[in-house]
Amino acid sequence: MSAPSLAASLAFKSLGNRRGTALLTLLSITISVALLIGVNQVRQEARSSFTNTLSGADLIVGARSGSINLLLYSIFRIGNPTGAVSWDSYQKISSRSDVAWTFPISLGDSHRGYRVMGTDENYFTFYRYGGGRGLELADGALFANDGDAVIGAEVAAKLGYEVGTSIVVSHGIGAGSFAEHDDNPFRVAGILERTGTPVDQTVHVTLAGIEIMHGAEVEGADHDQSGEGGEGHAEATIEPEIITAFVVGMKSRAALFGLQRIINDYRREPLSAIIPGVALTELWGLVSTAETALLVVSGFVVVAGLLGLLTTLLTSMNERRREMAVLRSVGAGPGMIFSLLICEAAILAFLAAVAGVAIVHLGLLLSRDLVLEAFGIALTPRLPGMFDLLVVGAVTLAAMLIALVPAWRGYRNSLADGLTVRI
Amino acid sequence: MTQNGLGAAEQPAREPAIELENLSFSYRPNEPVLAIQQWAVAAGETVFLKGPSGSGKSTLLGLIGGILTPDSGHIRVLGEDLASLGRGARDRFRAQHLGFIFQMFNLLPYLSLLENITLPCRFSRQRAGRAGEPGPEARARKLLEQLGLDPAIAARPVTELSVGQQQRVAAARALIGEPELLVADEPTSALDADSRTQFVELLLAQSKAAGSAVLFVSHDASLAPLFDRAEALTDLNSIGPSS
Repeated sequence: MSAPSLAASLAFKSLGNRRGTALLTLLSITISVALLIGVNQVRQEARSSFTNTLSGADLIVGARSGSINLLLYSIFRIGNPTGAVSWDSYQKISSRSDVAWTFPISLGDSHRGYRVMGTDENYFTFYRYGGGRGLELADGALFANDGDAVIGAEVAAKLGYEVGTSIVVSHGIGAGSFAEHDDNPFRVAGILERTGTPVDQTVHVTLAGIEIMHGAEVEGADHDQSGEGGEGHAEATIEPEIITAFVVGMKSRAALFGLQRIINDYRREPLSAIIPGVALTELWGLVSTAETALLVVSGFVVVAGLLGLLTTLLTSMNERRREMAVLRSVGAGPGMIFSLLICEAAILAFLAAVAGVAIVHLGLLLSRDLVLEAFGIALTPRLPGMFDLLVVGAVTLAAMLIALVPAWRGYRNSLADGLTVRI
Repeated sequence: MTQNGLGAAEQPAREPAIELENLSFSYRPNEPVLAIQQWAVAAGETVFLKGPSGSGKSTLLGLIGGILTPDSGHIRVLGEDLASLGRGARDRFRAQHLGFIFQMFNLLPYLSLLENITLPCRFSRQRAGRAGEPGPEARARKLLEQLGLDPAIAARPVTELSVGQQQRVAAARALIGEPELLVADEPTSALDADSRTQFVELLLAQSKAAGSAVLFVSHDASLAPLFDRAEALTDLNSIGPSS
């Protein structure tokens, strides 16, 4: 039997014999690796979840503000709009010859904690997520009347709504809202398929529906989206005066930057046009510091786990001097003692790291439905990737490096003790 | 030592098991612990060496095992000058030609009983070869039987064996693959008086069958008559016990 494989087989058996401490050491490394892998996985999932939420859109236009802010409130329903876009400007821009399609977004109301968004049919036609998938109806139909609502899958599931349910929209956001617009209830006309995006948590209504609902109040001017020059509400075709933002699809991407500049320099009102991908990149730049900090912290937890391994190996060194002397007597060189200890550390660390990776991936796989249900985040099942491989490799290597300390001591002991079996 | 006529006629002259010549050793400069002018153990000879602690016993065993190297003089084991071999070669030489039994704690707790016995065969192909057909494990079972142990004992974890059983298993390990020299370092000190003699008799019978020379170090002089020759390390070592 060759020396390395003999050392490895002895290391396996020796670890098996010290199952208790070996398992505890293994567990502490496993947990630390799982933490590191978990942080990275959540980071990736969060990114892909954000990236998957909107695709195929070229510009998002809103009142002048920072691009991250505009992106967050218009698409992810995070935070509140800072201003509005006049219907007039929306009409002007959407009728441009280089614009293929647009859909409006009108926010500001809620229904039992879920955001209400006013929009039109274009939204259901042109909204794309997850790299090109469109919205599908699970039940019912799209807007037929001004009082129709199309609700996301989670809204339907959580509140137990079906097609035909009558819902009342409240002013402002949050579950316990103040003013309920209960004189103008909406009727659920359709329920969308689950998408794993904020769409699932949204109640979509018509722009006209919002106007009718607010109709009585417009004069009161207590609505944060109501324009200054409120002229009452139109009768025949009800058009809003303002919307929160809108999304633009271009006929040709070549004109994208040109239009962006035109909108940003728009004379009539201060507007911002952002490219979703660019804004996302900005967002990542912003959160990457926090991500790095988290990764560094979990990295240190792994180091702590490895130091635990060092402690275990070092404390066992004294009681193992007899074992070393016996091995020496049957022909083991000090080099064999050295590799035996390195092997033990490598085996422990490798198994622990693999277990840590497996726990995270299995955990994510098993909790997929739960996470989708609870947070509306679609976890994409993925095989352990480069990062996981790298972590397993690095942890094993680091353990072998750390084991140089006890291995060197074992080497020195076995030279000094020789065949003397110390008790 | 006299050979019987038959053996002397048929066997080619074998190298002496151990030859020491002007040997001296010190752990620290100018503090020699061992100095032996001339001493030898013939091939196949069994020698009782009385060695109280502090007499340089461990040092001598370390030198014979090739773990230590002398400051000056020669130590030849089976005709091989150990000092002329590199460290790795001395380790291989030990695996191939020597068997050791210690006072206690001879067995590795994480190996099975049979794995413990056949351990030398994993370090030396020649030892494995000499363990014969069908293989080291079968030989190990046979040795257990010859050393008065029920081979069924092999199924038990070594940590559950009595001290007497452990020492016999250690003897089987030292004997497997018929090493030319067997070195025993007070193997009976943990045994009671009755089983001591029995253990030594079994050990000597098996080493004779294997043709191994035996160097048996002990302070229990009552065992000395069982050996071809008895000597005291204090007589050989010109450096007295720590004076």
